[in-house]
Amino acid sequence: MDQPLPGGTVVQTGKDTDRMTFTIRSDPQELPRVREAVRSLCRRVGFGEEDTCRVVLAMDEALANVIKHAYTGRCDLPVALRLELVEEAGHRGVRFRVRDFGPRVKPESIVGRPLDDVRPGGLGVHIIRSVMDRVTYEPADGGGMQLELVKLTGS
Amino acid sequence: MNNSTIKDIRRLPGGTVITAAGEIDLRHQQDFQRALQTVCEERPSRVVVDLSAVGYMDSSGVGTLVKIAGMVRSFGGKLALLSPSRPVMSIFEITTLDRYFTIVSSEEEALAV
Repeated sequence: MDQPLPGGTVVQTGKDTDRMTFTIRSDPQELPRVREAVRSLCRRVGFGEEDTCRVVLAMDEALANVIKHAYTGRCDLPVALRLELVEEAGHRGVRFRVRDFGPRVKPESIVGRPLDDVRPGGLGVHIIRSVMDRVTYEPADGGGMQLELVKLTGS
Repeated sequence: MNNSTIKDIRRLPGGTVITAAGEIDLRHQQDFQRALQTVCEERPSRVVVDLSAVGYMDSSGVGTLVKIAGMVRSFGGKLALLSPSRPVMSIFEITTLDRYFTIVSSEEEALAV
């Protein structure tokens, strides 16, 4: 079943849908809706509450990074999302793709900072890499960057 | 109080207890930080942030707490975080800040740190 999402988007959703594809605005007000969609997929695939909580956080940090860094705080730019269930090597899991249309950056430049250097900021990348099994940044076709996140059950 | 993340501020003889609530993310981080900074300007001997009713916190909220911890330390006070909810403890653990913050499970304990 296709449903419109506030924010000018198209989404394939419903209880039996394994994939959601939609576009949000780079507005922090959009974050709770995405968190809820991620939470729903995580529960469907069988993650427990703790893992679900962590995966929701990782995805939220990915979006926050797009808003803060790729779009330097602008709230009116598009972020294309694909959230889906996957199965790899006998493990079910979730895969998220986050596509922005901002400046391209070198993937190797996106690194976390040492945690023993306690200061505000700079924790998002560390959280994403700690929680997810696979994190891939790459330039997207047509400009911008694409981030792919994968988390499998039993990992 | 026009702040969606702060439900209550109590100034007690042993310190100030701030009760936060809701979701502290990019939408609300500035409000959260402003409220805590306002309390810090009063230089209470202890600043207690009750996180039991915070259902979600992202790294911007954690960054605010790190900043506040530095402010409190700078005037010789103490910061305690009271009963963080499971999602909040989760981000503290991922970032290893559960070892940095003083985390307590009762207000009495918080006002005695």
